[in-house]
Amino acid sequence: MIRVVVPWHLRTLARVGSEVELEVEGPATVGAVLDALEAGYPMLQGTIRDHVTRKRRPFVRFFACGLDLSHDQPETPLPDAVATGSEPLLIVGAMAGG
Amino acid sequence: MSGVRVLVGTRKGAFVLSADGKRKDWRVSGPHFGGWEIYHVKGSPADPNRLYASQSSGWFGQIIQRSDDGGTTWEQVGNKFAYASVPGTHQWYDGTPHPWEFARVWHLEPSLTDPDTVYAGVEDAALFRSTDGGTTWAELPGLREHGTGASWQPGAGGLCLHTILLDPVDPDRIFVAISAAGAFRTDDGGKSWKPINKGLRSEQIPDADAEVGHCVHRIAMHPSRPNVLFMQKHWDVMRSDDAGDSWREVSGNLPSDFGFPIDVHAHEPDTVYVVPIKSDSEHFVPDAKLRVYRSRTGGNEWEALTNGLPQGDCYVNVLRDAMAVDALDSCGIYFGTTGGQVYASSDSGESWAPIVRDLPAVLSVEVQTLS
Repeated sequence: MIRVVVPWHLRTLARVGSEVELEVEGPATVGAVLDALEAGYPMLQGTIRDHVTRKRRPFVRFFACGLDLSHDQPETPLPDAVATGSEPLLIVGAMAGG
Repeated sequence: MSGVRVLVGTRKGAFVLSADGKRKDWRVSGPHFGGWEIYHVKGSPADPNRLYASQSSGWFGQIIQRSDDGGTTWEQVGNKFAYASVPGTHQWYDGTPHPWEFARVWHLEPSLTDPDTVYAGVEDAALFRSTDGGTTWAELPGLREHGTGASWQPGAGGLCLHTILLDPVDPDRIFVAISAAGAFRTDDGGKSWKPINKGLRSEQIPDADAEVGHCVHRIAMHPSRPNVLFMQKHWDVMRSDDAGDSWREVSGNLPSDFGFPIDVHAHEPDTVYVVPIKSDSEHFVPDAKLRVYRSRTGGNEWEALTNGLPQGDCYVNVLRDAMAVDALDSCGIYFGTTGGQVYASSDSGESWAPIVRDLPAVLSVEVQTLS
């Protein structure tokens, strides 16, 4: 089981609390977690990564265990603490505004 | 009992403003989708309870919402806007080729006859259609591929398809407008398109009379006379009497012919409304006065409508999709400002009053006339 913290606007779309729990088949990677998240919550398709290019949206970030994983390849293994569920993967809307 | 429902899209959510036919006492519902940019909300002419909303975010992309109860509850529908073919390039601001990339839906235009059919005008400019209530979307690629697309260049707001007019007499005829490419028309239901920009003159482009490249801000039509079109261009108010085959300027005595919205009275096809803006360098009203200008002669002769509108220290803009008219016997006119006010007139513009004053910046205003 992998824990994922989703940002406010995506919680309202998915009608979930701040954190969701996902079962991920195979190696725990960002790509696999997003596949599982979008399968469980289809309304989030296109909001974190582009429908066509499958690339992360520029103002979305992935953090875990104090690390910025945003620029890792989708198939890069997640830290063990995330893979085992002791730490969440944070999906974050980048700070911007004024 | 007749009534109206005003659908307002803002920088931070959607609002639904409702009143009976007197249009004096208003109920305000919202924000719906708080914090999201709502570029446009529009109801189906065939089923007034069916609404579509374009919800978008610089962070999380495009969402489409649908309501089947007049905006009380909403259901998220499809948001996959994939170009039908390898989209190629258009021009970037610096004149270099730039890949076509979907950014957002600017305008949703429901079919005149089928609540489940709706058109979407998007940035980067293309026209999409859904025939299943917004669940799936398919591009009508003939517009993007008709031949001039590679030369289209974005306006300051992006390469957006912002205007879609469905001909009420000929179901195969559709007009669209793109900033900064111009106006286009199909006569075969969207398979093929042609530019309709003859007579437009834009000093801001190298060839002022070019076939494409004009920054059309908005086009309006009266449903009883679909061959007559009125256009607010970047500069110039224009009129066509031949479905866009040719245009002539009707700016006349306007204090500025720069502006964004244009609309036509519900019962008087030659009564037209615009909101002059000082210039493309200063996007606020001239002389710090918010004035709607009305022509009752199909252009050229314009009168200022000011009763109830601020006539001093006013520096708002009115964006291209932020004006609408109702169809009650005494025609109502509505517009929203970047300062968050939505003004209404229930007497064709003779007098105005704000429905609300302090919304987020208004991006779009539509109105439904309910019976």
